[in-house]
Amino acid sequence: MKHLLLTGCLLLALVTTLPAASAGSVVSEQAAPSATPASEEPGGNRQVLLARLTRASLRESAEVLDQLERSGGRAMRGLFAAMLAGDLYYHRETGRLMAVQKNPAGERIGSDIFTGEGLGVQSRGSIKKVRVNNRLRSHLRDAIARIDLMHGTEAQKEGAVLAILDDLSPQNMRLLQVTADAGQSDRVSELIELARAMVELRDSSVTDARLSAIAVMSGRLEAPVRNQLQRLLDDERESDRKIRIAAQQSLEEIEGRIAFYDFMEQLFFGLSLGSVLLLAAIGLAITFGVMGVINMAHGEMIMLGAYTTYVVQQLMPGAIEYSLVVAVPAAFLVSGSVGVLIERGVIRHLQGRPLETLLATFGISLILQQAVRTIFSPLNMPVVTPGWMSGVFAINPVFSVTFNRLYILLFALAVFALLLVTLKKTSLGLNVRAVSQNRDMAKAMGVRTEMVDAMTFGLGSGIAGVAGVALSQLTNVGPNLGQSYIIDSFMVVVFGGVGNLLGTLVGGFSLGVTNKFLEPATGAVLANIIVLVCLILFIQKRPKGLFPQRGRAAE
Amino acid sequence: MTTVEHNRSLFGNLAGALAQLRAPGEGSSLLVAILLGVTLLMSAANLLLPAESPLYVSTYTITLMGKYLCFAMLAMAVDIVWGYCGILSLGHGAFFALGGYGMGMYLMRQIGDRGVYGNPDLPDFMVFLNWQELPWYWQGMDQFWFALLMALLVPGLLAFVFGWLAFRSRVTGVYLSIMTQALTYALMLAFFRNEMGFGGNNGLTDFKDMLGFDLQADGTRVALLMATALLLALTFVASRAIVQSRLGRVVVAIRDAEPRARFLGYRTEGYKVWLFVYSALVAAVAGMLYVPQVGIINPGEFSPLNSIEVVVWVAVGGRGTLYGAIVGALLVNYAKTRFTAVMPDGWLFALGTLFVVVTVLLPKGLAGLLQRGRTTDAETRGENNTGEVSAGDAPAEPITGEARA
Repeated sequence: MKHLLLTGCLLLALVTTLPAASAGSVVSEQAAPSATPASEEPGGNRQVLLARLTRASLRESAEVLDQLERSGGRAMRGLFAAMLAGDLYYHRETGRLMAVQKNPAGERIGSDIFTGEGLGVQSRGSIKKVRVNNRLRSHLRDAIARIDLMHGTEAQKEGAVLAILDDLSPQNMRLLQVTADAGQSDRVSELIELARAMVELRDSSVTDARLSAIAVMSGRLEAPVRNQLQRLLDDERESDRKIRIAAQQSLEEIEGRIAFYDFMEQLFFGLSLGSVLLLAAIGLAITFGVMGVINMAHGEMIMLGAYTTYVVQQLMPGAIEYSLVVAVPAAFLVSGSVGVLIERGVIRHLQGRPLETLLATFGISLILQQAVRTIFSPLNMPVVTPGWMSGVFAINPVFSVTFNRLYILLFALAVFALLLVTLKKTSLGLNVRAVSQNRDMAKAMGVRTEMVDAMTFGLGSGIAGVAGVALSQLTNVGPNLGQSYIIDSFMVVVFGGVGNLLGTLVGGFSLGVTNKFLEPATGAVLANIIVLVCLILFIQKRPKGLFPQRGRAAE
Repeated sequence: MTTVEHNRSLFGNLAGALAQLRAPGEGSSLLVAILLGVTLLMSAANLLLPAESPLYVSTYTITLMGKYLCFAMLAMAVDIVWGYCGILSLGHGAFFALGGYGMGMYLMRQIGDRGVYGNPDLPDFMVFLNWQELPWYWQGMDQFWFALLMALLVPGLLAFVFGWLAFRSRVTGVYLSIMTQALTYALMLAFFRNEMGFGGNNGLTDFKDMLGFDLQADGTRVALLMATALLLALTFVASRAIVQSRLGRVVVAIRDAEPRARFLGYRTEGYKVWLFVYSALVAAVAGMLYVPQVGIINPGEFSPLNSIEVVVWVAVGGRGTLYGAIVGALLVNYAKTRFTAVMPDGWLFALGTLFVVVTVLLPKGLAGLLQRGRTTDAETRGENNTGEVSAGDAPAEPITGEARA
């Protein structure tokens, strides 16, 4: 468990680190005895050590690593990190060390440990992994923490101090002392202060000093703080009542804050699910809500959007970072034009016959699903998450949000706002509203209703496609992607009130949040069922949804 | 249940439509006769002829036929509510599956200690999940009569509660369809859970015997087919009696113009609820007959796709005609069997195209084609009828008219 936590912290530090930033960090030479000038000499001792590393037994490796750390200092961080992650290989013939990672196509791509320069595709037989065991891994983690403390970026330093909170050995405390003397940012100094307080509480016998240590610790969310306070309260030998009471209070405060952040986390998950539902339902809110067309192929429009993302990524493998930016308009066009085709080809002939429309569009959804199965494959397609979408945004040690969910939440809101503006401010929007309120009258006033129908349906389908791009980042992209959203989307639209876009927004988020708050008590599937049943009952009570349309537009 | 004021003029207005509904009556009897005859012949050919004979019918075919007839019964159940009352249920598979689970529970208990774990009380999957005793809702399911009762009672009650809530608050048209779909979807999710105690993902299977007869034996298979055919004929006759009775006429009136029927003093929701419950019971019977023949029931039967497929059988055959539903179910399922054998990938394409073509070009299905070919007289009458039907909020298409594609 401890190891897991440590790895978590370090991974976090790794992820948030930008390579460019580390070069610029201020290094105090006297505070970093390990960064000897030897690291500037190419070849020499270090090459020997590196060569030894490939041949050394697991036992010898530890010593080699120590020597490398002493001679190389921060230059060795990449090597250690790769070794810790199990990515470190060496070439069987040249003995050259490299970090090897698989690309999405499954090829092994090597890169230089120190410069990051690409070494091209490596065949499986030509390279051999440098062996690591658990003892070496903990050794490596310590070494990385030391390097980070001395030379790392702010985030790396923070991660390193957090790792040390778990292991407050005298040696680590000396390291912290050296770091603190070098002058650090507020956050890092605060953490170092916290580490000192924890040591004080543990080792001191002066009540006042320990009380002030508890005061420093109270309200901190780091797991080791909580553990230490808990241990202290559990310890029979701790007889000082004042300390016990202070510790108890402090622990309660911490737990109160954790409960609050747990609530926040659940709220965020709920909003995130809500944003997914909203994205899936927005397109339907137009085709079903505004036009009154039951489009059972709506889910497949989402699916087409997700597959467009996949195709775009296949077409531009060198620029995955920008693929989503290209995929959004592409998906809009693909799904939108398929939507226009469906409207022109089928739905137009079924005007005013909603049940038939439902059946025909269901047929279309079957055809689209099978088409995707035939063209691609029945299996899920790998869609890559760009670097800027992955990662975690840690607000504090117990509450963090993943970037992809955060972005998708914002994206859903943006799409919604854009659509609202389109419907309220543009001439297309005006026409759409006119046709949906009174088709005959709109026609009499010169609105080309047929054209408007096609455009509206295209718009709704296109937005579904855009939703597909976002969903491809959260779920598996397969032929059944759309099916899993169709019932939920209809429920959101009906719940919010047909023909009311704001209702869809409120409906999506309230369903998402309700679902996530039920989940801890009932489990995911049962929560889903309960929400569905409640919705069915709700619609019986209020058939027009949360925000029914009033006035002339209603009929 | 309610006192109904009779209003003759309404029936007068709908006389044209009714004349047309009754017209295929003789044809329907013919269908039942053919059905029973074919079943008997097939059974005889299976039991009496030697396997080498060119006329021999394999047990596989017998079972397949039994399966088709179950589907036909399910299609008829959907047709009763959709074709005659305009309630498009996308969740009839739920009633079918509930009936099937009722029968499956009985068959499961009949396995006794012949299961893999040899536990005399608990079905295998419960032993596997470390359950210590039978859940309360499994009690008594080893009695055939009790299982039958439950397999009818549970879907019936569900249909009653759902229908009572929905029709009383006047949820109609597409909303109702989507809600029925949500219902079966929710049930599917529920039955996929192991904690529900219905075998989760794998459902109920490995049945050994029924009422003491070995389910694998040819004789049992034939008996099951005959029972299915007989019950199909029985429900067909009963359904025809219902749709041709006074109640049936009111139901058709509700389909074509619900507000008008309501203004005339009919409690439309009452009619709809009872028709819905009847239809659910027919679906449940079909499910009960289905499970012993195919030998498995799992949550997949609840999937919305299955329910909606039934609707397409009815649409192909021609809704608003009971024989149309049966013919549609038989034809589409036969096509499915052949199609999936020849080119498995093509089936969904074909089914999807069928949905589109039938709804756009053939709103009355094959029965519509048949009728149009038979009389030009009916056509003129049909046009008169379209005039009668208001373009109000009644979602259903008038059966007559508009098929002139």
